[in-house]
Amino acid sequence: MNALLTVKDLRIAFPSRNGPVEVVRGVNFTLGRERLGIVGESGSGKSQTGRAILGLTPSPGLATAKQLEFDGIDLRQASPATWRSLRGARMSMVMQDPKFSLNPVMTIGRQILEALKFHGRESRAASKARAMAMLEAVQIRDPERVFRAYPHELSGGMGQRAMIAMMLVSEPDLLIADEPTSALDVTVQIEVLRILDNLVSERGMGLIFISHDLRLVSSFCDRVLVMYAGKVVEELRASDLAKAQHPYTQGLMNCLPKIEGGARPLPVLQRDAAWAT
Amino acid sequence: MTVASRREWLLSDRPESRRQARLGQIYRTWLSFKTNWLAMIGLGIVLLLCVVAVFADVIAPYDPVIGGDLRTERFLPPFTGDHLLGTDDLARDIFSRIVHGARLTLMVVALVAVIATPIGLLVGTTSGYFGGWVDTVLMRVTDIFLAFPRLILALAFVAALGPGIENAIIAIAITSWPPYARLARAETLTIRDSDYINAARLQGASSARILWGHITPLCLSSVIIRVTLDMAGIILTAAGLGFLGLGAQPPQPEWGAMIASGRRFIIDFWWVATVPGIAIFVVSLGFNLLGDGLRDVLDPKAHGNTDTAKARP
Ligand SMILES: Nc1ncnc2c1ncn2[C@@H]1O[C@H](COP(=O)(O)OP(=O)(O)OP(=O)(O)O)[C@@H](O)[C@H]1O
Ligand SMILES: [Mg+2]
Repeated sequence: MNALLTVKDLRIAFPSRNGPVEVVRGVNFTLGRERLGIVGESGSGKSQTGRAILGLTPSPGLATAKQLEFDGIDLRQASPATWRSLRGARMSMVMQDPKFSLNPVMTIGRQILEALKFHGRESRAASKARAMAMLEAVQIRDPERVFRAYPHELSGGMGQRAMIAMMLVSEPDLLIADEPTSALDVTVQIEVLRILDNLVSERGMGLIFISHDLRLVSSFCDRVLVMYAGKVVEELRASDLAKAQHPYTQGLMNCLPKIEGGARPLPVLQRDAAWAT
Repeated sequence: MTVASRREWLLSDRPESRRQARLGQIYRTWLSFKTNWLAMIGLGIVLLLCVVAVFADVIAPYDPVIGGDLRTERFLPPFTGDHLLGTDDLARDIFSRIVHGARLTLMVVALVAVIATPIGLLVGTTSGYFGGWVDTVLMRVTDIFLAFPRLILALAFVAALGPGIENAIIAIAITSWPPYARLARAETLTIRDSDYINAARLQGASSARILWGHITPLCLSSVIIRVTLDMAGIILTAAGLGFLGLGAQPPQPEWGAMIASGRRFIIDFWWVATVPGIAIFVVSLGFNLLGDGLRDVLDPKAHGNTDTAKARP
């Protein structure tokens, strides 16, 4: 398996009054043309890891790594021009909160077309047709209306799908999806996952799927990284999740509700200070 | 459609099309603007100024530059014959000069707004977006401009460029962009790290494109309100330059220059200097009232008026 993305010892630090605080502390993984899930509790550094790969660590944060390579290109020393040619065309990210990641004064249509404008050579009409097809593909019932709508005129789930359409329309090689389906109902969620799945299996896209939903990740992804306090505590095949070694993963698994009744009272995750070191 | 049903259509709670919703919103803003009678007076004055400026040739009974008979028609008081506001020292009809002066005033205001707003936006968004030393350099330059009183700085520029209305416009534009730059920078700082700007970066947009396509439109509304509020100041600066002989040159019928030339006769022939003074006063008052009224209806933060705020895209 040739690696699409290699991350070695990724660290992200934010300066604070008491010196820099590391929120991601030495994350290693490689990604082929597969589906990689990242799970972990809130604040464990999942989103920051995703952003750092795309060079979008918010200032004053600082991301460092021993190796950060996308398809043979060293991202640590990439020039702004290299970033421009990579982002959108070859790698992109569905951000966590659509309410904040859509420009409030631009119509959805214009925002989707922007990505095509930078990288495509097509005519306007062809671009528009592609954008409409993409909106339809993410199960938007009334693409014509949504195309002309402003973000505040959409529901949360519609915004999330518009965001997915915006990031997928340029058909990237690597997609980082940060909780892309958290605001969607189950039927639409399945549909969106199917689109992602098709892109991985047919076009050989690499997908990093960030989620809270352990069950979803275990059924949808090939491999799973479990993060805790800025570290990867466990990496395993999705099918082997039941055989997890680390007590944190085991705890998470135990907390999932089971159909045959299960334990009562519900187990509480006992955190151990030693996991964070 | 009758008037009543059109009103209902505009105020409908369930607009059927985007156009209806948009028009209804504008109509509602207009209704709340209308209740502010001071702002309506301002609007009236500004509209009158525009009409007079456009139809100056039709409205003015005499030529603004060429006077009448110097032996019999100098210093005629107001309401003599068909000289509504009297004549000046060169026997020119003051009313005609005021009417043509409206054109100059409007031109100054419009050109200054057109020149200064883009400069302010460009400097402000650039410095806010890039931060670091770009920000430091641009903001220190802005500070230098802000440190001088407007008229003094404009005077210095006109003195360097040479007197004349075009140079006065350039000088006023050069001195009025710094507040817009400050405002645009502040707005830029609040949105620069937001996720939708990151999303544009993710799509591969260049910095120039983000600045122009994403950040500038968001800064535009507050800067435009600020520009309307500044218009009275622009008129006063232009009149001040004209008065000091550095703006419009005789025989151009500029109001400030008219005051300056009438000043010599103010004891005996008061109307020659007073009439253009009143014109300047009325027009700047009009712009101020209009600007205040506009800010009240357009700025959601200044008022509890949430329903006008929401639907502005
Ligand atoms: N701009 C910032 N400045 C300082 N600390 C930050 C900043 N952004 C994020 N952090 C910290 O980084 C850590 C990881 O945040 P991150 O957004 O990656 O969490 P997450 O795993 O995505 O959580 P969630 O599941 O809630 O989205 C958090 O502890 C957060 O406080
Ligand atoms: Mg997150």
